[in-house]
Amino acid sequence: MSANSRSSPTAHVLETGAAWALGLFWLAPLAYAIWTAFHPAAYATHFDLLAPLTLENLERAWHAAPFARYFLNTIILVTMIVGAQCVLCTLAAFAFARFEFRGRDLLFALVLIQLMIAPEILAVANYQTVRALGFVDTLFGVALPYLTSAFGIFLLRQAFLGVPKDLEEAARIEGCGTLGVLWRVYVPLARPIYLAYGLVQVSFHWNNFLWPLIITNSVETRPLTVGLSVFSSVDQGIDWSVITAATLMTSGPLLIGFLLFQRQFVQSFMRAGIR
Amino acid sequence: MMDQPVTDAPLIPPLVAGMEERLEPRSKSRSSRARSSCARRGALAGRSIEAWLLLLPSIVLFAAFTHIPIVSTLVDSFYSTPKVNRPAHFVGLSNYEDMLADPIFWKALTNNFIYAAGTIPLSVGLALLMALFVNDRLPGRALLRMAYFTPTVLPMIAVANIWLFFYTPSYGLLDQIAQAFGGHATNWLGSQSTALGAIMVVTVWKEAGFFMIFYLAALQQIPPDLKEAAAIEGASRFTFFRRITWPLLAPVTLFILVNAVINAFRTVDHIFIMTGGGPDNATNVLLFHIYEIGFKFWDQGYATALTMVLLAILGALAFVQFLTAGRKVHYQ
Repeated sequence: MSANSRSSPTAHVLETGAAWALGLFWLAPLAYAIWTAFHPAAYATHFDLLAPLTLENLERAWHAAPFARYFLNTIILVTMIVGAQCVLCTLAAFAFARFEFRGRDLLFALVLIQLMIAPEILAVANYQTVRALGFVDTLFGVALPYLTSAFGIFLLRQAFLGVPKDLEEAARIEGCGTLGVLWRVYVPLARPIYLAYGLVQVSFHWNNFLWPLIITNSVETRPLTVGLSVFSSVDQGIDWSVITAATLMTSGPLLIGFLLFQRQFVQSFMRAGIR
Repeated sequence: MMDQPVTDAPLIPPLVAGMEERLEPRSKSRSSRARSSCARRGALAGRSIEAWLLLLPSIVLFAAFTHIPIVSTLVDSFYSTPKVNRPAHFVGLSNYEDMLADPIFWKALTNNFIYAAGTIPLSVGLALLMALFVNDRLPGRALLRMAYFTPTVLPMIAVANIWLFFYTPSYGLLDQIAQAFGGHATNWLGSQSTALGAIMVVTVWKEAGFFMIFYLAALQQIPPDLKEAAAIEGASRFTFFRRITWPLLAPVTLFILVNAVINAFRTVDHIFIMTGGGPDNATNVLLFHIYEIGFKFWDQGYATALTMVLLAILGALAFVQFLTAGRKVHYQ
């Protein structure tokens, strides 16, 4: 752009060089992991462009631990959380955006506290609650504290505030009730926000670790992150090729999704980036 | 909605509610209710019941997993840990006295502040640099953006595994490079002097690309005519950055800083994988210590006292943000 056209060619070359040096440094750990995962163990630590490619490490990792079950658990968990958040945050955001009632501002302030203090910070107290409810070592117990979200409410409220009131009144005249207005007017208009928020939440909860680690205790409930940590801490004879293959496998769906839909991912994080 | 300026919400929620009130006119509910007729009052009451019904599920969940736990953590911190034949009893400040006498607590707290002080400026600075790079018309811009951003979509557990291998003495890429240049093998994660630093590098690698996104969004909102005007005035790129770009980025920087501080006290996943808090607590931090006390030694009474320290730190952060919130509005 204009500032660039002003700068000297030397500066431009220097900037490009610096940007790529940083870029290569940023890519190196992942590139190294991919190299290790797809080559025989003998090549794990020495580089040879002619080294044979193999899927054996992936196959061994897949059979060395119940990863199929872990995948299923993570998929159920993420679906449960993101699904519930979309519904519950929508309802609450609508109330905050379009209703007037005593104590609304105070209540909204109380909701925003959760932006600072995430459920895992209060793990000791929350564990006691989940245990008292009898949900320890269940996927529902893992999901429970995350079924609604202050950030989701904030984001959707902001989107709903931008919807012209005329549209709502028109829908009411057509005979829509409160939920009808919400479903037919507000939700469709906020679709890009749902998409962005959903994508960010899927990647956040796919990757979440500490709370699931505390709550889960068995193969039937462990999500991928906890499963991976158990897998790599149990003695694998330090077979890095297999551990790296498992690591890439567990992050594979998100990584491939990101590479295919880069623009959507980046825009989603721009719009709904904090969790 | 697609092209909302970054300084506008939804991107930047006021983490403290007071800000919200300053940004928006206060609710007019009271005055409008006074003016309304009886029928209208009835309708309003109906509306407000509807509102509470819409809010009910979320309120119950917030109360159960955020608000009540904050209070119960405070209360429990004055009680002993319940045992099988000995229920919890009031112990006053005993848990806090134990805490002050616990060298691991002090070590974890110090480490946590070193960790925050080391990772935050570095990752925010690099994030800004990355955003400036990617915002310019450089060759391979899309590829660069991908390279910077990729760590963000990886689970911290996976990142930790990858870096654990990277750091492996003798065999890891780092030592192989060092040895190629005549260096010797280093036990990066196993030695007191390097372990915390090694962990911090991983955090910066994971977070810089994430923060870059917010800077990038903000940079794209700076009107191009500002650049043209500066070019006509003959301002250098550095002057333009210092006088125009940096001040315009101030609200985003504040937002990123607040999130970076929260993350510095909240993200401990990689410590589980890479060091387990060791060697000799060299990489122990507050939340990790809480986990060990609460869920490995099951001393939940003491763990709640430790949690209070974490809550106090986050509360102080909220307070600082509340104070700076007013200034933020000027930039918008």
